[in-house]
Amino acid sequence: MIQVFAFYLFAAIVVASASMVILARNPVHSVLWLILAFFNAAGLMVLLSAEFIAMLLIIVYVGAVAVLFLFVVMMLDIDFAELRAGFVSYFPLGGTIALILLVELVLGVGAWNAGALNLSTRAAPTPEHVPNIEAIGQLLYTRYIFLFEMAGLILLVAMIGAIVLTHRARGGVRSQDISKQNRRRPQDATRNINQPSGQGVEL
Amino acid sequence: MIGLAHYLVVSAILFVLGVLGIFINRKNVIIILMAIELILLSVNINLVAFSSFLGDLVGQVFSMFVLTVAAGEAAIGLAILVIYFRARGTIAVDDVNRMKG
Repeated sequence: MIQVFAFYLFAAIVVASASMVILARNPVHSVLWLILAFFNAAGLMVLLSAEFIAMLLIIVYVGAVAVLFLFVVMMLDIDFAELRAGFVSYFPLGGTIALILLVELVLGVGAWNAGALNLSTRAAPTPEHVPNIEAIGQLLYTRYIFLFEMAGLILLVAMIGAIVLTHRARGGVRSQDISKQNRRRPQDATRNINQPSGQGVEL
Repeated sequence: MIGLAHYLVVSAILFVLGVLGIFINRKNVIIILMAIELILLSVNINLVAFSSFLGDLVGQVFSMFVLTVAAGEAAIGLAILVIYFRARGTIAVDDVNRMKG
Protein backbone atom coordinates (compact mmCIF):
# COMPACT_ATOMS: atom_id res chain seq x y z
CA MET A 1 0.00 0.00 0.00
CA ILE A 2 2.70 2.41 0.94
CA GLN A 3 4.56 1.35 -2.17
CA VAL A 4 1.72 2.58 -4.33
CA PHE A 5 1.67 5.88 -2.48
CA ALA A 6 5.45 6.21 -2.74
CA PHE A 7 5.41 5.42 -6.43
CA TYR A 8 2.79 8.06 -7.21
CA LEU A 9 4.57 10.61 -5.04
CA PHE A 10 7.94 10.07 -6.72
CA ALA A 11 6.43 9.87 -10.19
CA ALA A 12 4.42 13.07 -9.75
CA ILE A 13 7.37 15.02 -8.41
CA VAL A 14 9.75 13.78 -11.08
CA VAL A 15 7.34 14.75 -13.87
CA ALA A 16 6.63 18.12 -12.27
CA SER A 17 10.30 18.97 -11.77
CA ALA A 18 11.15 17.82 -15.29
CA SER A 19 8.57 20.24 -16.67
CA MET A 20 9.94 23.00 -14.47
CA VAL A 21 13.45 22.31 -15.80
CA ILE A 22 12.42 23.24 -19.31
CA LEU A 23 9.99 26.00 -18.34
CA ALA A 24 11.95 27.91 -15.72
CA ARG A 25 13.28 31.28 -16.71
CA ASN A 26 16.41 31.30 -14.64
CA PRO A 27 18.94 28.59 -15.61
CA VAL A 28 19.99 28.23 -11.98
CA HIS A 29 16.41 27.33 -11.12
CA SER A 30 16.46 24.83 -13.97
CA VAL A 31 19.49 23.09 -12.51
CA LEU A 32 17.87 22.93 -9.09
CA TRP A 33 14.70 21.43 -10.54
CA LEU A 34 16.91 18.91 -12.37
CA ILE A 35 18.49 17.94 -9.06
CA LEU A 36 15.03 17.37 -7.58
CA ALA A 37 14.10 15.24 -10.59
CA PHE A 38 17.24 13.13 -10.10
CA PHE A 39 16.48 12.58 -6.43
CA ASN A 40 12.97 11.40 -7.15
CA ALA A 41 14.15 9.17 -9.98
CA ALA A 42 16.54 7.62 -7.48
CA GLY A 43 13.55 7.08 -5.20
CA LEU A 44 11.76 5.28 -8.02
CA MET A 45 14.76 3.05 -8.51
CA VAL A 46 14.87 2.20 -4.82
CA LEU A 47 11.24 1.11 -5.19
CA LEU A 48 12.41 -1.20 -7.97
CA SER A 49 14.93 -2.72 -5.53
CA ALA A 50 17.87 -1.38 -7.54
CA GLU A 51 19.43 0.51 -4.69
CA PHE A 52 22.92 0.53 -6.11
CA ILE A 53 21.84 2.33 -9.25
CA ALA A 54 19.78 4.71 -7.14
CA MET A 55 22.73 5.68 -4.97
CA LEU A 56 24.94 5.88 -8.06
CA LEU A 57 22.41 8.28 -9.56
CA ILE A 58 22.62 10.53 -6.52
CA ILE A 59 26.39 10.41 -6.21
CA VAL A 60 27.27 10.73 -9.89
CA TYR A 61 24.37 12.63 -11.42
CA VAL A 62 23.53 15.00 -8.60
CA GLY A 63 26.93 15.15 -6.98
CA ALA A 64 29.00 15.57 -10.12
CA VAL A 65 26.98 16.39 -13.22
CA ALA A 66 24.41 18.73 -11.70
CA VAL A 67 27.08 20.52 -9.68
CA LEU A 68 29.09 20.91 -12.88
CA PHE A 69 26.04 22.45 -14.53
CA LEU A 70 25.65 24.78 -11.60
CA PHE A 71 29.28 25.90 -11.84
CA VAL A 72 29.00 26.62 -15.54
CA VAL A 73 25.67 28.43 -15.18
CA MET A 74 27.07 30.61 -12.45
CA MET A 75 30.28 31.30 -14.34
CA LEU A 76 28.69 32.43 -17.58
CA ASP A 77 27.06 35.80 -17.82
CA ILE A 78 23.77 34.93 -19.47
CA ASP A 79 21.28 37.37 -20.87
CA PHE A 80 17.93 35.78 -20.04
CA ALA A 81 15.59 37.93 -22.04
CA GLU A 82 17.26 37.30 -25.36
CA LEU A 83 17.28 33.57 -24.80
CA ARG A 84 13.57 33.34 -24.15
CA ALA A 85 12.76 35.05 -27.42
CA GLY A 86 11.96 31.96 -29.47
CA PHE A 87 9.93 30.33 -26.72
CA VAL A 88 6.42 31.43 -27.63
CA SER A 89 6.77 30.86 -31.35
CA TYR A 90 8.15 27.34 -31.04
CA PHE A 91 5.90 26.15 -28.26
CA PRO A 92 2.76 25.10 -30.26
CA LEU A 93 4.70 23.02 -32.76
CA GLY A 94 6.91 21.52 -30.10
CA GLY A 95 3.95 20.78 -27.88
CA THR A 96 2.12 19.04 -30.72
CA ILE A 97 5.09 16.86 -31.59
CA ALA A 98 5.66 16.04 -27.93
CA LEU A 99 2.02 15.08 -27.49
CA ILE A 100 2.09 12.83 -30.55
CA LEU A 101 5.28 11.20 -29.28
CA LEU A 102 3.77 10.64 -25.85
CA VAL A 103 0.61 9.07 -27.28
CA GLU A 104 2.69 6.77 -29.46
CA LEU A 105 4.87 5.69 -26.54
CA VAL A 106 1.93 5.00 -24.26
CA LEU A 107 0.17 3.06 -27.01
CA GLY A 108 3.33 1.04 -27.52
CA VAL A 109 3.53 0.25 -23.83
CA GLY A 110 -0.12 -0.74 -23.80
CA ALA A 111 0.26 -3.02 -26.79
CA TRP A 112 3.30 -4.70 -25.31
CA ASN A 113 1.54 -5.07 -22.00
CA ALA A 114 -1.34 -6.86 -23.69
CA GLY A 115 0.91 -9.87 -24.03
CA ALA A 116 2.89 -9.61 -27.21
CA LEU A 117 6.47 -10.35 -26.23
CA ASN A 118 7.79 -12.84 -23.73
CA LEU A 119 11.47 -13.25 -23.08
CA SER A 120 12.51 -16.83 -22.52
CA THR A 121 16.12 -16.56 -21.42
CA ARG A 122 17.72 -14.06 -19.13
CA ALA A 123 21.18 -12.78 -19.94
CA ALA A 124 22.05 -12.49 -16.26
CA PRO A 125 19.35 -13.77 -13.92
CA THR A 126 19.05 -11.90 -10.67
CA PRO A 127 20.34 -14.17 -7.90
CA GLU A 128 18.11 -14.67 -4.89
CA HIS A 129 19.00 -13.46 -1.41
CA VAL A 130 22.06 -11.60 -2.63
CA PRO A 131 22.20 -7.87 -2.01
CA ASN A 132 21.88 -5.80 -5.13
CA ILE A 133 25.36 -4.31 -5.02
CA GLU A 134 26.96 -7.70 -4.47
CA ALA A 135 25.08 -9.19 -7.39
CA ILE A 136 26.07 -6.34 -9.68
CA GLY A 137 29.66 -6.69 -8.51
CA GLN A 138 29.70 -10.38 -9.27
CA LEU A 139 28.46 -9.60 -12.75
CA LEU A 140 30.41 -6.48 -13.55
CA TYR A 141 33.89 -7.68 -12.66
CA THR A 142 33.61 -11.08 -14.30
CA ARG A 143 31.46 -11.14 -17.39
CA TYR A 144 31.38 -7.45 -18.20
CA ILE A 145 34.92 -6.55 -17.21
CA PHE A 146 35.78 -5.38 -20.70
CA LEU A 147 32.89 -2.94 -20.77
CA PHE A 148 33.88 -1.76 -17.31
CA GLU A 149 37.40 -0.97 -18.48
CA MET A 150 36.03 0.76 -21.56
CA ALA A 151 33.82 2.91 -19.36
CA GLY A 152 36.88 3.94 -17.39
CA LEU A 153 38.67 4.75 -20.62
CA ILE A 154 35.73 6.85 -21.79
CA LEU A 155 35.84 8.84 -18.59
CA LEU A 156 39.58 9.34 -18.95
CA VAL A 157 39.18 10.60 -22.52
CA ALA A 158 36.35 12.92 -21.45
CA MET A 159 38.49 14.35 -18.67
CA ILE A 160 41.48 14.90 -20.94
CA GLY A 161 39.22 16.42 -23.59
CA ALA A 162 37.61 18.86 -21.18
CA ILE A 163 41.00 19.98 -19.87
CA VAL A 164 42.50 20.35 -23.34
CA LEU A 165 39.52 22.34 -24.56
CA THR A 166 39.38 24.84 -21.76
CA HIS A 167 43.04 25.18 -20.86
CA ARG A 168 44.58 28.49 -21.79
CA ALA A 169 48.02 29.90 -21.08
CA ARG A 170 47.69 33.00 -18.94
CA GLY A 171 50.13 35.82 -19.58
CA GLY A 172 51.94 37.74 -16.88
CA VAL A 173 52.47 34.81 -14.59
CA ARG A 174 55.73 35.12 -12.68
CA SER A 175 57.00 31.61 -12.35
CA GLN A 176 60.35 30.43 -11.21
CA ASP A 177 63.14 30.16 -13.83
CA ILE A 178 65.81 27.93 -12.29
CA SER A 179 68.46 28.31 -14.98
CA LYS A 180 68.15 32.06 -14.69
CA GLN A 181 68.64 31.79 -10.99
CA ASN A 182 71.68 29.58 -11.49
CA ARG A 183 73.18 32.02 -13.98
CA ARG A 184 73.24 34.82 -11.45
CA ARG A 185 76.69 36.24 -10.77
CA PRO A 186 77.76 37.65 -7.41
CA GLN A 187 78.49 41.06 -8.91
CA ASP A 188 74.88 41.27 -10.23
CA ALA A 189 73.36 40.52 -6.89
CA THR A 190 71.77 43.09 -4.62
CA ARG A 191 73.20 43.57 -1.17
CA ASN A 192 71.78 45.27 1.84
CA ILE A 193 74.16 47.94 3.17
CA ASN A 194 73.80 49.67 6.45
CA GLN A 195 74.78 53.08 5.17
CA PRO A 196 75.52 55.90 7.60
CA SER A 197 73.69 59.04 6.49
CA GLY A 198 75.42 61.84 4.68
CA GLN A 199 78.07 59.71 2.99
CA GLY A 200 78.26 58.25 -0.53
CA VAL A 201 77.84 54.60 -1.48
CA GLU A 202 80.60 52.46 -2.97
CA LEU A 203 79.14 50.58 -5.93
CA MET B 1 -0.66 -2.53 -7.90
CA ILE B 2 2.23 -0.87 -9.60
CA GLY B 3 3.22 -2.81 -12.68
CA LEU B 4 5.88 -2.41 -15.29
CA ALA B 5 3.61 -0.27 -17.45
CA HIS B 6 3.46 2.44 -14.78
CA TYR B 7 7.23 2.85 -14.79
CA LEU B 8 7.33 2.79 -18.57
CA VAL B 9 4.73 5.54 -18.77
CA VAL B 10 6.72 7.69 -16.33
CA SER B 11 9.81 7.09 -18.43
CA ALA B 12 7.92 8.00 -21.60
CA ILE B 13 6.68 11.26 -20.07
CA LEU B 14 10.22 12.19 -19.02
CA PHE B 15 11.52 11.38 -22.48
CA VAL B 16 8.90 13.53 -24.12
CA LEU B 17 9.63 16.39 -21.72
CA GLY B 18 13.29 16.16 -22.66
CA VAL B 19 12.50 16.30 -26.35
CA LEU B 20 10.15 19.22 -25.78
CA GLY B 21 12.87 20.99 -23.84
CA ILE B 22 15.23 20.73 -26.78
CA PHE B 23 12.49 21.93 -29.08
CA ILE B 24 11.47 25.08 -27.28
CA ASN B 25 14.79 26.24 -25.86
CA ARG B 26 16.44 26.84 -29.14
CA LYS B 27 18.95 29.43 -28.08
CA ASN B 28 19.87 28.32 -24.60
CA VAL B 29 22.46 25.56 -24.85
CA ILE B 30 22.50 24.89 -21.14
CA ILE B 31 18.80 24.02 -21.11
CA ILE B 32 19.37 21.81 -24.15
CA LEU B 33 22.08 19.94 -22.26
CA MET B 34 19.79 19.58 -19.27
CA ALA B 35 17.01 18.26 -21.52
CA ILE B 36 19.47 15.66 -22.84
CA GLU B 37 20.16 14.67 -19.23
CA LEU B 38 16.40 14.27 -18.74
CA ILE B 39 16.25 11.98 -21.78
CA LEU B 40 19.10 9.87 -20.40
CA LEU B 41 17.38 9.73 -17.01
CA SER B 42 14.22 8.41 -18.64
CA VAL B 43 16.25 5.73 -20.42
CA ASN B 44 17.84 4.78 -17.11
CA ILE B 45 14.45 4.41 -15.42
CA ASN B 46 13.30 2.30 -18.36
CA LEU B 47 16.32 -0.02 -18.15
CA VAL B 48 16.10 -0.43 -14.39
CA ALA B 49 12.34 -1.07 -14.51
CA PHE B 50 12.76 -3.82 -17.07
CA SER B 51 15.68 -5.26 -15.15
CA SER B 52 13.62 -5.42 -12.00
CA PHE B 53 10.45 -6.87 -13.49
CA LEU B 54 12.14 -9.42 -15.71
CA GLY B 55 14.65 -10.52 -13.09
CA ASP B 56 17.62 -9.77 -15.28
CA LEU B 57 20.61 -7.82 -13.96
CA VAL B 58 21.93 -6.81 -17.35
CA GLY B 59 19.58 -3.84 -17.37
CA GLN B 60 21.20 -2.39 -14.28
CA VAL B 61 24.72 -2.99 -15.59
CA PHE B 62 23.83 -1.27 -18.84
CA SER B 63 22.24 1.56 -16.90
CA MET B 64 25.58 2.11 -15.16
CA PHE B 65 27.27 2.52 -18.52
CA VAL B 66 24.59 4.94 -19.69
CA LEU B 67 25.31 6.96 -16.55
CA THR B 68 29.02 6.94 -17.29
CA VAL B 69 28.60 8.11 -20.86
CA ALA B 70 26.08 10.75 -19.81
CA ALA B 71 28.52 12.20 -17.30
CA GLY B 72 31.33 12.26 -19.84
CA GLU B 73 29.15 13.86 -22.46
CA ALA B 74 27.89 16.51 -20.06
CA ALA B 75 31.47 17.40 -19.19
CA ILE B 76 32.56 17.76 -22.80
CA GLY B 77 29.39 19.65 -23.76
CA LEU B 78 29.92 22.14 -20.97
CA ALA B 79 33.58 22.55 -21.88
CA ILE B 80 32.58 23.39 -25.46
CA LEU B 81 30.00 25.82 -24.11
CA VAL B 82 32.59 27.54 -21.95
CA ILE B 83 35.02 28.11 -24.79
CA TYR B 84 32.19 29.19 -27.06
CA PHE B 85 31.21 31.75 -24.46
CA ARG B 86 34.80 32.90 -24.14
CA ALA B 87 34.99 33.53 -27.85
CA ARG B 88 31.53 35.08 -28.32
CA GLY B 89 30.52 36.57 -25.01
CA THR B 90 27.05 35.03 -25.29
CA ILE B 91 25.58 31.56 -25.41
CA ALA B 92 22.95 32.19 -28.03
CA VAL B 93 23.65 29.47 -30.54
CA ASP B 94 21.46 30.74 -33.31
CA ASP B 95 24.46 32.17 -35.07
CA VAL B 96 26.72 29.19 -34.47
CA ASN B 97 26.71 28.49 -38.20
CA ARG B 98 28.89 31.56 -38.58
CA MET B 99 31.76 29.26 -37.74
CA LYS B 100 31.12 27.42 -40.98
CA GLY B 101 33.58 27.68 -43.83
